[in-house]
Amino acid sequence: MSDKAADKPLRVRMPIGIDYKWCAGPASTDYLTGLKDGRLYGRRCPVCQMVYFPPRNGVCARDGVMLGESVEVGPKGTVTTFCIVNVPFLGQTIKLPYVAATIILDGAHLGFSHLLQEVEATDVRMGMRVEPVWRDKSDWDYSLENISHFRPTGEPDAPFDDYARYL
Amino acid sequence: MGANRCAVVGVGQTNHTTVRADVSIAGLVREAVDRALESAGMTLADIDAIVIGKAPDMLEGVMMPEMWLTDSLAASGKPVFRVHTAGSVGGSTAIVAAQHVMSGIHKRVLTVAFEKQSDGNAMWALSVPTPFGVPVHAGAGGYFSPIIRSYMRRSGAPAHIGAMVAVKDRTNACKNPYAHLHEPDWTLEKALETPMLWDPVRFIETCPSSDGAAALVMVSEDVADTMNVPKAWVHSTAMRSEPTMFAGRNQVSPRAGELCAEDLYRKAGITNPLEEIDVCEVYVPFSWFEPMWLENLGFAPKDHGWRFVEDGVTEMTGKLPFNPSGGVLSTNPIGASGMIRFGEAAMQVMGLAGEHQIDGAKKAMGHAYGGGSQFFAMWIVGSEKN
Repeated sequence: MSDKAADKPLRVRMPIGIDYKWCAGPASTDYLTGLKDGRLYGRRCPVCQMVYFPPRNGVCARDGVMLGESVEVGPKGTVTTFCIVNVPFLGQTIKLPYVAATIILDGAHLGFSHLLQEVEATDVRMGMRVEPVWRDKSDWDYSLENISHFRPTGEPDAPFDDYARYL
Repeated sequence: MGANRCAVVGVGQTNHTTVRADVSIAGLVREAVDRALESAGMTLADIDAIVIGKAPDMLEGVMMPEMWLTDSLAASGKPVFRVHTAGSVGGSTAIVAAQHVMSGIHKRVLTVAFEKQSDGNAMWALSVPTPFGVPVHAGAGGYFSPIIRSYMRRSGAPAHIGAMVAVKDRTNACKNPYAHLHEPDWTLEKALETPMLWDPVRFIETCPSSDGAAALVMVSEDVADTMNVPKAWVHSTAMRSEPTMFAGRNQVSPRAGELCAEDLYRKAGITNPLEEIDVCEVYVPFSWFEPMWLENLGFAPKDHGWRFVEDGVTEMTGKLPFNPSGGVLSTNPIGASGMIRFGEAAMQVMGLAGEHQIDGAKKAMGHAYGGGSQFFAMWIVGSEKN
């Protein structure tokens, strides 16, 4: 392969973007309006009785049914597993290294990802008990980003068997 | 019921590397296609239908590239089928192409899968903010590393297992002229010194970002019987999927993968996969997925996959070689990676794998997975008719 520019196809940078409107549906509407008020709402599956937070599409994919009653969960939760991110990427807004934790809120049965801070990355453990730290109320929107991050509560770690089935 | 027999009679892949600046996507695709047709002794004019696969269009920012590729594949007037199943797509695409033949509808089918990662930014495309979460994921590594941590905890695997797999795959890749990475000097000690990118996943335990394509030519039994070329007979195919998020989902060993493997073995008449399969090309983009898939695919008992690695079972000289080609860990053009696995499995039973040939391989498995470990595609190919 020659290095002469004329022998190579031209490469140009052409950024693209898509703006779209997303219809939340009933379950995610509860969830997002709850977040706007500083509260955490999931929904319970009427068959397996497990609580989805976030309730995303409003269905329990395990049982193939619509989720039922709205349930307030948390605010405390348990870290089931986590990643310490050391690698930069395009669009990244968080200072490295940071801990992306999978958290199950008390009363919920589905993990979601959030930032874990106010603790050294090397001290984070599976089973660690955590609580949300909210941004200033004036900044709240229909978003899980109203929670700035989670931090350890200092309570004893949850036993592995309590969360092993959600890994 | 009984499907018609189908044989792979041509396998081709590109030379894979970080940036293939010498070709466009169309040129890249033709390189793999021309090599597959040449090995089958055929031309594009012989082909009845074409099946194309690639990972999400957003990875390069070219929407519906199968339409754009029509001219370069001489596909005008022929049926063209596009397959979308995220990272497993190379495998699913090969299966759809096989079904074009097994159904009796077409006799000579070309299938091709590709990714030109350097034309886009996969890590950006896989880290897009969603309305219901926070953007803390850092690409595929950020997604899979917590699952790997769960496996390590659940199985009690020692921390060096991931590096062992990585050294094996990178060493194997040196025997494969098409592999992206040729790094002969890795040792376990050096591997364990590489930095943590997505702790607990180290640099060496991570796949590269590649430009590349792979293609297969598949034909019906009557056509195959007239051809004097090596053949890989398709003994069975299986696909399964499951949602990314549901309460109580086993993310370490997804049910869809277990069911897919059970179905695959049943249709191939395999009752003891560890004894009956000679070599596997399995989708392992992060090295820890080797022990995880050893368990998911029913080769190793639960929580024992890492012991197979430690005992050398998956080395080229072991009882069940995994990825003699060097695998995804040495070459990852995402959409093509599954088809490379399927093609490498075929090459093993055709006796065409060159320096990374497993002597006497009669039955081989090709495997691919994608999305959040939720799409699975597998096939068994053999040197003899099924």
